Amino acid sequence: MKHTPVYGLMAEFDNPEAVVHAARKTYEAGYKKIDAYSPFPIEALSEAIGFHYNFVPLVVLIGGILGGLSGFALQYWIHVINYPVVVGGRPLNSWPAFIVVTFEMTILFAGISAVFGMLALNGLPMPYHPVFNVPRFALASKDRFFLIVFSSDPRYNALETRRFLESFSPRSISEVPS
Amino acid sequence: MDEQPTPAPVIEPGYTFGTVTDKISSIVLTRPTSNGWFLGFGVAFLVTMGLLYAIGYLFLKGVGIWGVNIPVGWGFAIVNFVWWIGIGHAGTLISAILLLLRQSWRNSINRFAEAMTLFAVACAGMFPVLHLGRPWLAYWLFPYPNTMNVWPQFRSPLVWDVFAVSTYATISLLFWFIGLIPDLATLRDRSDNRAAKIIYGMAAMGWRGSVRHWARYETAYLLLAGLATPLVLSVHTVVSFDFAIGQVPGWHTTIFPPYFVAGAIYSGFAMVLMLAIPIRKFYGLEDFITERHLNNSAKVMLATGLIVAYGYGIEAFMGWYGGNRYDAFLLWNRLHGPYSFFYYMLLLCNIGIPQVLWIKRLRTSPFWLFLISGVVLVGMWLERFIIVVVSLQRDFLTSSWGMYYPTRWDWMTFIGTIGFFLACMFLFLRVLPMISIFEMRTLLPEAEVKE
Repeated sequence: MKHTPVYGLMAEFDNPEAVVHAARKTYEAGYKKIDAYSPFPIEALSEAIGFHYNFVPLVVLIGGILGGLSGFALQYWIHVINYPVVVGGRPLNSWPAFIVVTFEMTILFAGISAVFGMLALNGLPMPYHPVFNVPRFALASKDRFFLIVFSSDPRYNALETRRFLESFSPRSISEVPS
Repeated sequence: MDEQPTPAPVIEPGYTFGTVTDKISSIVLTRPTSNGWFLGFGVAFLVTMGLLYAIGYLFLKGVGIWGVNIPVGWGFAIVNFVWWIGIGHAGTLISAILLLLRQSWRNSINRFAEAMTLFAVACAGMFPVLHLGRPWLAYWLFPYPNTMNVWPQFRSPLVWDVFAVSTYATISLLFWFIGLIPDLATLRDRSDNRAAKIIYGMAAMGWRGSVRHWARYETAYLLLAGLATPLVLSVHTVVSFDFAIGQVPGWHTTIFPPYFVAGAIYSGFAMVLMLAIPIRKFYGLEDFITERHLNNSAKVMLATGLIVAYGYGIEAFMGWYGGNRYDAFLLWNRLHGPYSFFYYMLLLCNIGIPQVLWIKRLRTSPFWLFLISGVVLVGMWLERFIIVVVSLQRDFLTSSWGMYYPTRWDWMTFIGTIGFFLACMFLFLRVLPMISIFEMRTLLPEAEVKE
């Protein structure tokens, strides 16, 4: 028989409280390489698996600053350096008139960084992922909640981890083939 | 008044994660396409063909086929541009500002309101481009390195407008798309059709609902809402600068930005209601788009309508009190000039009739709300007509006075964009979930996690 490597063990729950409870206990039991899947955002769940910070705000901040600077620099370079035209006796660097475009460019860059930064940090697009091999996982986008312990976790043991997950009385436990 | 009646629920009781998902996704996945849909889409599509015909003829002959001339050089193109972009603003208000204000009732109307924004901005964007005279050179509006070494004039509000509107279109698209990703994953998992599975799957980009992803997703969504909020206010402010920076009587006023923004939200909510009322009826979504949504939207309309009324009041007051003879004449011309009928209609549609919304029974009656919303949309269109045309037709020198009459091509282009808008809406309703499924799940009582 060909040996299929196992990606992890996945337990299925049918309400958010059960999965949050299970996730917290699993994390406390020393399993660190775990993840949970839910059909809508649950803040307590990401806290439970020990995911407290993310870098999306930093990406957005950097994007916004870059956008603002490049917006102003674009106008300054055009109207002061590359093609100076005096309009109504105003100074070439008539900065109040440049604020609107600077503002819009700040928003544009920050917004694009928010979306693409989030996707990049999440590693999306990712058309294939082992969890999709579990047929029941299709319900993760409807009304079921899943907790997975990855086989790469140092404490992972096919038998003991399964027994441990069974103690939360999930609806089902499936082995995720890699 | 110390007794507060409990507000109508956002979702009728008895729904679960599963039934909410099934109800919304089945509209796209399993519900057979009705004859009504084909009829509606067919008519909208034909009108869109009319738009293409009008545009084709415009490309052939030039803007001379329109009624624009000196002194009224802006005409329908700018009237319709401002009208459409104003309508779009309600979508962003609902999706971003109400999200920041934690108004969770928005969850059942934000998706199609955002779609409405996108299509309205698309309609709006056509007009300035068609109005350019040589529309095929529209890319000259953007600063790009070129051998002629000419650049846009960044001190002009018209260039600000290019940046404001194109940023708005981009951010609206991103906001709408990011909101769709988890629902596209739901459609991917629920669809039986292989082609649909592949298409939704590609669009969902492998979303699997990992909590780490959700955490970043929520952060990004919230930040995007925070960015879209000042953006939406800035867009109509910049649109009003197109007028306010000029020196034409009636345009050169500081009241314009706030009064334009309020007017935008006013007309936008009217459009939201005109779409929501038939949609909830034909798709049987009264449990998700409840009386509370109608009532709240009507209240927003009433409030913004009063701000608009204040704007008209101040315009008239300053015309009389300001002592500038041109401003005073503009007021006289609005009240007694050749377009005075439209000014009175504007006052009736935007200030008079909507006051019936003080009556609660009308605020929750779909039939009356639909009619009143239609009146407001007409009124807001007339407002832009009055601002653009009446100010330009008689300005400083009597020798340069003139009249403006729209031609059939003006009407065909305007009505054509309504057809285009509706055709896009019909397609959207058919292929994408019109209500955000994952945000509806969070509204259910069973979604609560007690610590």
